[in-house]
Amino acid sequence: MKTVSRERTTRFLNDYGMLLILLLLCILFSALTLRDQYPTGAAAADELAAEIIKTQSADRRILIADRDTDEDSLFAFSLRVRLVERGYHSIEIMSGDPSTIRNQLLLAAESSEKVGLIASTRSFAAILQSVNAQIPNLAGVQVVSPSSYRWPTFLLLDNLRNVANQIAVIAIIAIGMTMVIITAGIDLSVGSLVALSAVVTAWLVGLLGGENASTWAMISAGFGGIIVCGAIGAFSGLMITRFRIPPFIATLAMMQVAAGLAYVMSQGKPIYHLPESFVLLGRGVEPLFKIPYAVILMILLYIAAHILMSRTTTGRYIYAVGGNMEAARLAGIRVRLILFFVYALCGILAGLSGVVMASQLKSGAPTYGLTYELYVIAAVVVGGTSLSGGEGRIFGTLIGALIISVIQNGMNLTNVESYTQKIVLGLVILAAVLLDRLKQRGLQGRGA
Amino acid sequence: MSSTVLSMSGIRKAFPGVQAIKSCSLEVCDGEIHALVGENGAGKSTLIKILTGAYLADAGEINVFGEKRIFGSPIEARRAGIAAIYQEFSLIPELTVHASLFLGREQTRKGFIDSKTEKRMAISLFERMGVDIDPESRVSQLSTAHQQMVEIARALLAESRILVMDEPTAALTPHEVEILFGILRELKDRGIGILFVTHRIDEVFAITDRVTVMRDGNSIGTWKTPELTRNQLIAYMVGRSIEDEYPMTHRNAGETCFEVRELRGKRVRDISFAVSRGEILGFAGLLGAGRTDVARLIYGADRKESGQILINGKVIEINSPRDAIRNGICLLTEDRKLQGLILKATAKENFGLPSLKTWSRWGFIDQAEEESRFLDRVRRLNIRVAGPDQRTEDLSGGNQQKLLVARWLETNFQIIIFDEPTRGIDVGAKYEMYLLINDLAGSGKAIVLISSDLPEILGISDRILVMKEGCITGEVKNPLSATQEEIMTLAT
Repeated sequence: MKTVSRERTTRFLNDYGMLLILLLLCILFSALTLRDQYPTGAAAADELAAEIIKTQSADRRILIADRDTDEDSLFAFSLRVRLVERGYHSIEIMSGDPSTIRNQLLLAAESSEKVGLIASTRSFAAILQSVNAQIPNLAGVQVVSPSSYRWPTFLLLDNLRNVANQIAVIAIIAIGMTMVIITAGIDLSVGSLVALSAVVTAWLVGLLGGENASTWAMISAGFGGIIVCGAIGAFSGLMITRFRIPPFIATLAMMQVAAGLAYVMSQGKPIYHLPESFVLLGRGVEPLFKIPYAVILMILLYIAAHILMSRTTTGRYIYAVGGNMEAARLAGIRVRLILFFVYALCGILAGLSGVVMASQLKSGAPTYGLTYELYVIAAVVVGGTSLSGGEGRIFGTLIGALIISVIQNGMNLTNVESYTQKIVLGLVILAAVLLDRLKQRGLQGRGA
Repeated sequence: MSSTVLSMSGIRKAFPGVQAIKSCSLEVCDGEIHALVGENGAGKSTLIKILTGAYLADAGEINVFGEKRIFGSPIEARRAGIAAIYQEFSLIPELTVHASLFLGREQTRKGFIDSKTEKRMAISLFERMGVDIDPESRVSQLSTAHQQMVEIARALLAESRILVMDEPTAALTPHEVEILFGILRELKDRGIGILFVTHRIDEVFAITDRVTVMRDGNSIGTWKTPELTRNQLIAYMVGRSIEDEYPMTHRNAGETCFEVRELRGKRVRDISFAVSRGEILGFAGLLGAGRTDVARLIYGADRKESGQILINGKVIEINSPRDAIRNGICLLTEDRKLQGLILKATAKENFGLPSLKTWSRWGFIDQAEEESRFLDRVRRLNIRVAGPDQRTEDLSGGNQQKLLVARWLETNFQIIIFDEPTRGIDVGAKYEMYLLINDLAGSGKAIVLISSDLPEILGISDRILVMKEGCITGEVKNPLSATQEEIMTLAT
């Protein structure tokens, strides 16, 4: 039995070994972005309010500095609300650029009521201090701010949400691509399908009311985009199964056709004039943990796909067709139907991604999705799926997509130039596949 | 006094989960033909792969011409003078014969390949070997036997002094085997040491000087062939004595349940025959006679031009393997690795493939059910497998074959076609396969058995049809009293 559990462990490592790589990358970027964080916004305001309430009595006069940025305004507003709730009645917000604030401070200094406390965000506190020192009446007044803490920027919740959100579109397409690649095929048309779907959806919304379109209209338009892409995927599948055209060629052709259709339909220009609520899918976040809806959609789709591939007959057939197409056929599997299915599904998922993208950018343009197929294939391959077919795990692709996103995000945070990022990404893909090859060799105990 | 050209001692080799070779020693002298026999799983193929540099042994010593050697790769083995000829040939189909012969050692003049010299050398070499092969033809156009000759010729050109062959006669007709043996005898006279792995006991006694037996990862011993009897050898191989090589249970065949009428297709003309319940119908003939083609046409794997298939008197439409399976016909293909199994998949996955629908609801597989059916069949068929999740390619040939039988048993077939069921599996597993086939017949299934092993087909079948060039040339109604010559006459 010991050998069985060792086999299981080896299998798990084999299937999900890239998870270790992902964790290592996260650790790397956490280390590289470790610095003092100066919190701001509502949460910081709450913390500071608690501090103030402890030390200052309610009749003190409190000034709040607000540099008029989104974050600062939110901070100032929240702080005032908190303090007023607790009975503080002498609160003023000084808002504007540093010189405006300086003037307001001078005014405040001259009034009869003595200033008890000045509150600001940490990053502004230093400047405020020096300004303060120059004003005699305010010389002794304390400037308080929320405390800073050391934490990797990479691991800030907002950043992690960003990592997931940036890759959602690519990751959704990658689900379909994983299945296609497991059948030892490939689908090069997905990038163009993203554009086509975005254009079709935006165009349909325009037809069904434009900026005043109802929710149903938007949903129908989305379905329209998805169906069109599914049809193109099905067509590719037909070419591949009935006419025995190699997948590379068939999908390459449809890549061009779909791109052309997108340009024709949109006449080369982005389609705007979409309702404000259209961005809910692409930009909205759920209220509790602020996870973007696009990320939630991505996770749900991955779970569904994983269940399909690991627990259903269809999933088993897909692996069989990819593992040995002739043997699968001789075992009674409808190989053509399976192939048709995976290509159609890949088209549908690409279409869905296009809708998400249109929602993110509140427009549909034929330039969307350009070169996406490469990132999608990279995610699949880095995630451990073999291009020769017959093996690969859906969640592996999710890990592959996250690896790519983490690397891009990490490079952004560490200020790597965008052109250099391209080089790094290419090398990462090579390294991932190399690692996979070595792992395969190791498992089989081959000699040199 | 002959000298030892090759010796291996104390070889050990383990793979994840299995100790393939526990302790193995053997030696080959110059001018000797030495057989290596043993059941599948005994470790023969692994030993050969170590000898030819494909694997690295965990422990032990290899001495070539008295010098200790370690082979990190097949090239190093070749340089040491060992030439390997595998079951799966290593020729490139699209190359011409002379290009293949000189691959890696091209004859050049001033930097350009000198085809004329290559062809000349090829022709003289083939003459010496006594075979007629056109150096200009493509490897893919040659028969299997001739492809093997080319492989041997390659080894000769490299002036190898040691020839290692893994099941060289597996894909040869009896006539071709004779030619091969002629060449081997010639090579032996020239002092080359030959080691070959075989499952065919007859061959051991036909041509070898000594034989080494492996069992369960150990080398049991080496004997001079003339001093052994057939039964003794088999006994050493399986660790027990086998009285009956071909078990035959007394069967009463029922009524006709399967009929083929005027089947016509690629390379097959007007095939008609019938099989009864509980009957084993053998199909004999030379390679290329069309037996596998008939099987594939019946099964729906190839498109038929015309003809009818009847089950219990009713005409059945079969256009795909799916239709065949649905009607209770299944096929155990000739080449289990290419057409039968999905090597990357696990044993359980290969087992369950055609039967998934029977243990799933709404498309969701009941994995507990699947696993229990798998374990049940494994137990009943005595399949040696580490667990349901073992990779199929790690199983031995005999166990792979049993796995396929288990797979089909699960589909409750009525008619099964075995195409070369015992090719590449060892004596012990062969015997189990014969028992299995007998059991199937005993339980009322109709069985078609295609085999190139004449003793086997005579020993197992109730009736034999002989094919030649796409047609049935004759029927042997009483195999127990028939001879191999009778069948060969009908087949040629």
